[in-house]
Parts: sequence; C-alpha cells; structure tokens
Amino acid sequence: MNLYSLTIHELKAKIAAGDVTAKRIVEEFYRRIEEVEGKVHAFITLMKEEALSQAEKIDGEIKQGKLKELSGIPLALKDILCTRGVKTTCGSKMLADFVPPYDATVVEKLREAGAVFLGKTNMDEFAMGSSNETSYFGITKNPWDLSRTPGGSSGGSAAAVAADECAAALGSDTGGSIRQPAALCGVVGMKPTYGRVSRYGLVAFASSLDQVGPFTKDVEDCALLLEVISGYDPKESTSVPVPVPRYREFLGRDIAGWQVGVPKEYFGAGLDKDVEEAIQRAMVTLEGLGVKLVPLSLPHTEYCIAVYYIIAPAEASSNLARYDGVKYGFRAGESRDLLQMYKRTRSAGFGAEVKRRIMLGTYVLSAGYYDAYYKKASQVRMLIKRDFDAAFEKCPVLLTPTSPTPAFKIGEKTDDPLKMYLSDIFTISANLAGIPGISIPCGYTKEGLPVGLQFLAPPFEEGRLLQIAYAYEKASPIPKRRPKL
Amino acid sequence: MEYEAVIGLEVHAQLLTEAKIFCGCSTKFGAAPNSHTCPVCLGMPGVLPVLNRKVVEYAMKMALACNCRINPTCLFARKNYFYPDLPKGYQISQYGEPLAEDGWVEIEIDGSRKRVGIIRIHMEEDAGKLLHDEINPVSMVDLNRTGVPLLEIVSAPDIRTPEEASAYLKRLHEILVYLEICDGNMEEGSFRCDANVSLRPKGEHTFGTRTELKNMNSFRNVQRALEYEIKRQRYILEEGGTVDQETRLWDDAKGVTTPMRGKEEAHDYRYFPDPDLVPLVIDEVWREEVRKSLPELPLEKRERFLRDYAITPYDAQVLTQAKALADYFEEVAKLSGRPKQAANWIMGDLLGLLKEDKRDIKSCPVCPAALAEMIQLIEVGTISGKMAKEILAAMYETGEMPRTIIEKKGLSQITDEEYLRQVVAEVVSFHPREREQYLSGKEKVFGFFVGQVMKKTEGKANPRLVGELLKEILSQK
Repeated sequence: MNLYSLTIHELKAKIAAGDVTAKRIVEEFYRRIEEVEGKVHAFITLMKEEALSQAEKIDGEIKQGKLKELSGIPLALKDILCTRGVKTTCGSKMLADFVPPYDATVVEKLREAGAVFLGKTNMDEFAMGSSNETSYFGITKNPWDLSRTPGGSSGGSAAAVAADECAAALGSDTGGSIRQPAALCGVVGMKPTYGRVSRYGLVAFASSLDQVGPFTKDVEDCALLLEVISGYDPKESTSVPVPVPRYREFLGRDIAGWQVGVPKEYFGAGLDKDVEEAIQRAMVTLEGLGVKLVPLSLPHTEYCIAVYYIIAPAEASSNLARYDGVKYGFRAGESRDLLQMYKRTRSAGFGAEVKRRIMLGTYVLSAGYYDAYYKKASQVRMLIKRDFDAAFEKCPVLLTPTSPTPAFKIGEKTDDPLKMYLSDIFTISANLAGIPGISIPCGYTKEGLPVGLQFLAPPFEEGRLLQIAYAYEKASPIPKRRPKL
Repeated sequence: MEYEAVIGLEVHAQLLTEAKIFCGCSTKFGAAPNSHTCPVCLGMPGVLPVLNRKVVEYAMKMALACNCRINPTCLFARKNYFYPDLPKGYQISQYGEPLAEDGWVEIEIDGSRKRVGIIRIHMEEDAGKLLHDEINPVSMVDLNRTGVPLLEIVSAPDIRTPEEASAYLKRLHEILVYLEICDGNMEEGSFRCDANVSLRPKGEHTFGTRTELKNMNSFRNVQRALEYEIKRQRYILEEGGTVDQETRLWDDAKGVTTPMRGKEEAHDYRYFPDPDLVPLVIDEVWREEVRKSLPELPLEKRERFLRDYAITPYDAQVLTQAKALADYFEEVAKLSGRPKQAANWIMGDLLGLLKEDKRDIKSCPVCPAALAEMIQLIEVGTISGKMAKEILAAMYETGEMPRTIIEKKGLSQITDEEYLRQVVAEVVSFHPREREQYLSGKEKVFGFFVGQVMKKTEGKANPRLVGELLKEILSQK
C-alpha cells in the first residue's frame, strides 16, 4: 500500500518503528499531489519548501528520541486558518496576497505536536457556499466524480483527504462546512462543540457559529486530531475551560443499550432515495450492535435555515467590514475620494455570494428591522437549542443524514442560492445549538457516490460521537472503496 | 417669551490602564505612529478581542463614585461604520446593557447645590487618528490610539445653564483624576465632551428640538459654545423659526457653531451584541472589593478639611481640586502643625512657583517635609516671613531643606541679644540728632533706626528683638 493512503495512526506506527522518515512521507505526498492535483484542485497554496525543511527538522528530533503526537504527519489546512508567513486567502480576491504575521491557535498547536503542513486548501469565498464554487481560485472537483462538487465550504480539505493528497486536514464549519463536504467526499468530518476549539486565527465568517474541526480518513484519526486542537485559549473569549479528555479512550467502548434518537424532521421530502437507503442500512447495523433507535421530534427544525440566514449574514456583514482597502489586502486603483475607494474596493474584491450575504446581513441589522429579523432569529435560535436539550434528555446521541443529497454536479445549484442553501439543511441546526456533530461514511449511492451519516451529541460530548462512530465504522459490512483518480 | 435651556452632556474619558482594552498593547501617548499596535488592534483577519479586566475595575470605580447601579451582567456591542481610523469597521462599545446606570453627581453654583443625573456609564474602545498631508492629497492612519479604553458618561438632561454644564464637567473631571483612572488632559483628548442642547419656553415640560455640539476641547469652550448656541436657538425661536436637529461644530477662532456636513450624520450603526465577547458578569464580591478600594472623593475631602484644619471654604476648595495637592497639603499641615500657614504658603508662593514653571504638584521639587520645616522655622523666629520667600525660592530651585539653605546663605536671623545690643548702641550713638528728635516725640524716626540696624546686619536681625532693644537704648540716658 502507498504511504499516502495510510491513516495518521498507521503513519505514526511506521514512524515510531523507524520504517520511514518524515521527509520520505512528505515527498511521497507531494508525488501524489503532483499526480492528482491537476484533476482535483484541492489546494490554493502548496508549501513544499517549508514542508520539506520542517520534515527534516522533525526527523532530526525523532533521531534524538523526541517523538511527538503528530511528528512528521502531513496535514492540509483550509485557507481560512491564518499561517504565519504563508498566504491566507480565505478563497477571496480580497485576501489574495494576504500574509498573516501570526498563526491561528490550532495551527500553533499542530506545529507544536510535530505536524507538517503541505498546503492551504481551497474553499468557498469567506466560507460562504456549499460547493467550493464561490472560490476566487477556481473550483475544487469531487475526487469520486470530477464533474461534481466536493461540497463546501471546506471542499478543498475534504477532497484533499479523499484524494490522499494529505493524511488529514482541518476545516471550519459554520453551517455544515466540514460535515457536508466530508459526507460528499466519503471521509470523516467533525464539528466540535462551540468553544471546544479556539477560533483565534480562524478568519471570521459568523463568529457565534464558526468552529474549527478535523477531516480524517477514519474515526480514530478524528479522535487523535481533536485531542491536539481542543482546549481553552486565553486569546479566545468564547473558548471554554472544560478539560480535554483523551478522546481515543472512547474508541472501542461498547454502545449496546444506547438510545439513539432519530428526529423525524430529518427524513422528509427532499431526502435523496439512495441516501435514505444508506442511512436505513446504517441504522440496521447499529441495531445489530444493541442500539435502540428512538423516533423523536425536533419541532423547530423547519426554522433552522431561516434563522441561520439571518444570524450568519448579520455577523458576516460586520466581520467583513474590515476589508476596506485601507490596511491590507486588495485595494482598487486610483479613487477620487474615500467613499469611492471603499465602494470600488469592495465591489471588485468580493464575489457575488459574499456581497449577497453582506447585503442580507446589513439589512437585518438595520434600524427598524433589527427586532423583526435579528432579534427574532436569536429568540428562535434559543427554541432550536431547547429542542436539542429536550431530545438529549432522552437520548445520548441523535442520528441523521448529513446531507440530503450526494455530491451534486458543478453548476447545478449556482443559479439558485436557495437550493444551494438547502444543501446544509441537516447540518445547520448543530451550529445554531452550539453542539458537536460528526459525519462518517455509510455506504454509496447506486452511482457510487459516498453517503454521510451524522451523529449529534450534547455540548462537550464529542467522546460519545467518537464512541458510536467508531463502533459503526468497525461493524459496517460495506467494503471501503477509494475514489479512482 | 422667556426660554429655558435643556442641556445634556456626553463625556468620553480615556482610562489610564497600562494596556489597551482588548489586547496587550501599550496605551502610552505620543509614541511613533503605529508602534503600539498588534494584529488584534489592527483588526487583522481572524484575531479576537479579550477584555482587559483592569478596564472594568476602573469603570466600576467611576460608576460607584457617581452613585450608579452596576448591572450584574452587561454586554459589549458592535457599532458598525466605515472610517479609516476604525480598522475593524466597527467599534466595540456597549449598547443595550451598559456597565452602569442611574447615578448622579452634585454640583455647586454660587453656594447652592444641585444634583445632575447620570443616565449611563459604559466602556468602549477608542479609534485611531488620521493625519492629513497638507501638500499631497494623502492621509496617514495612526492606530496607536485604537483600542485605548474609554469611558462614556452620559448625563441626564438636567443641566440648565452653561455655568452648570461647566461645573458638572469640572466635577466629573475632578472625580476621574481623583480616582487616578484618567489623566484628564483635555488637549491630548483624554477628556472630551459633546453637548446636546435645546430650548423650551420656561415652565414647559416637553423638550424642544436639540442640536449636538462637538469639538469643544476645554471647559471654557464648552461654556462659550453653549452660550452661543443658546443665543442662536433663542433668536431662531423668537423669529418664529424652528431649530434643525443637527450636529454642529464649535469654531473656537470665530466663536460660533456651524453645522457639520449633513451626510456624515446619516449613520445607522447597526448595533448588535459582539459574538466574540461573552457577557460580562460582575458579582457582589467584585463590586464590593472595588467599592472598598475607592479613595476619599473631593467633596468628602473638602468637608473634612473644613472640619479638621479650620481653613476657609475657599482654601479647602482650592486645595482639594487635585488629590495630589490635597495630599501635599495634608502632609505639610500635619508635619508643621500649622494648617492655616501651610495653606497660605502652598496656595500663595508654592503654586505660583509651580505655575511659572508649568509643573504639577506631583513633580514639585519642594517636599512636604521641607515646607513644613520652613513654616516651623518662621514660627520659632529663626527666619522672617520675608526671608522665607527667598528661602522657598531657593528650596524650589535646589530641592534642598530650608536649614541647608539658611546655613549656606548665612540667612538665619540674628537673635543673639548681646550682639544686637552692641549694634543698636552703636547706631544710636552715631545719630545723636535723630535720637533727639525721637525723644522729643517724633515717633517716625524709630523706623529710621530700625532701618539702620537692618542695614548693618544685612537684614538678618530679628525685627522683634531690634524693636525692643531700640526702645530700651534710645530712652537710656
């Protein structure tokens, strides 16, 4: 088997045994990238030079007996995470040449753990999109079918992991931006609890919803990465000082007797037949593990999309105000006065979807509309959260499809923003409620496209998600496939 | 018709914390442009604010000193607008749930006291500064001030005259400086004020249309601007016109207010709670801790000085204007045991010296112990009051103790009776004619003799002793 097909824990074993050097691994991954990147286009920036010298440094450490949690593990980072000295574009013309003088906290943590960064992955502009089609840097293709999107907004990270262009990757999830592309690309993706992972250095889209999380090839890797990136950060006021458990300890624990809630609102119209069948088969597998499936209701589910598309754009309209051409990033050429500079910079620097959301957000925060939109949406958000609180009183975890459809065709939904927004219909609720969710592969459609299964748990119960996801992964009778590239 | 003015003031005070409100950068004034900045206060992508607890503590001090209710939970909100000195495109401020509400301060006008209500006190971050090139059409941005903590203090519309406005401002200023949470420097912008003013027929309860006045950077200007604006509005109303609701700028040189360009006012700030900051919870323990740390405030101090030192109300007023001055006075009063003299010397000569030198009492070269010693030396007659003036000037110059200066300059009074007796006898024997005149009833000649003795002793003779000896010797046969 090729080195690039291995999981993190498999690579770790090889490095620990001295079978392979970090440098060799990194070189192998760049060979793979050269081979498939032309088809997939998962990256915006590759960091080959830095990665190789970093790998050499790590090899030196290993020789001295310093083996860290992720020594020599090649990772990719969504280009929304700030990297000191390396361009961080956020998929936008606005930041096409922006080089941060600081690392995001998660990047710092991974660096300290010995990880090697291969590059920065493609994404929807400012994470606004569900298909990677709003990126200023071209469209990422789904490795399973190059005529389809990888999902989004962290489509580049999902595709890079699926195409074996990295061992694992980080993404960010504001309304499903990790879980939906994970489902569409057949990999594991987790959005941790709001406050579990520091947002410092994550370019803000919607601050009360954004969360960083891992894309991995299996559940064990997900547990491992989560352990490294989690924890309180004094630089981040909304990060929570809850101790970080050893998530790997949850793996292999029995789930027999668990009551798993199945919210009926997630199985209605719009759910693809093949997706539904795959989910049903997964439920049978889980029942075989002694799980009891409990039908239940999350009555405010129907408001999730509406609430999300008020709160997220509202926060975004404010978060993106800093891109004004004054201090860094893109500035339109000669302007008559300040106002013209603002207008021309922002007109030319942002894409259509970003502008749409800035306008939506500006509108809902305006005097006279605030109460009817933003305030009301915030109130409904509390009701959605309460739905989950009630459900979790009965069941330790919930089960839903991750996405209503498998990967869709490039261009299929670009003309209809509403249709595109519905792609996140099953993932948005977790962001609104601040709870953790994981998407894991659970089979394929007739066309051979991967399907994702989502588990949701109460705040800071990522361990439960990993426990049940791991149990399912081990018990699943479906042979694992790889995209043919 | 008789009109009455309704005035409300909005004060912005820069807090004296070492670090900015949401990052660790220094707040020091006057550094090279953009040298006190970091990714957080520069508003770079992905960075996040972390509240400086010291700012909250300082703000609580002011809130308590102004008799406000401190809210157990308050929120930070974003005030959204575009301007190059505002790197994030929004200012983090407080809106719906401010730190403190419903307070008051007392002001005094011509001996009568009045309470001015305070609607709210909240915390926010300052913006940067634009520097415009005079020749080239470019503007520079200096973000050193961005993120410096500010306190906004909003008064109730309780103020009726420009004098009251000025008294209210001076009171706030005095409290802020006393609490040592603001340097109060109006020129550097550490203490700024905007005013809302409207007129209504006297006895009416509804408010008239108000204008907002900006750009007044001294107490005097606030008073002048309000006087002008009240006159302007009265004229409009008397002519049957209506006042436009607008923002007007005070033009110090011309002594008028002029409307700000209309466009710049049409702001919709789109306030909403800042999702990057958690609600700020202030429990009773923290609040009481801060309350206990409050120093004696100027009004209380004034009353205590009147009681304990028996000085005049005017003296108490002057001496308590700044905490450092009050502390100085108290020390001199205690060390010398002569409060009245201490007050006189400080308010007369010492403040004069400091003023000439443009110095603050905090950097006064004369320490309280030195001044106290000087006062005692006068009391025991070692030096005269007149000599003391000279000695004090030397003390100010050199920072030395009075005794040292007296020794060096040979300034101490001659109180040696034997020696003086000799001098007096000599002077009397040299001027037999004047002696005759004196003895024949010309009392004025006595002054001549004193002058002669002083001349001989270079002014160092103890005047009381000289008088006694002269009287004795002149009348001797």
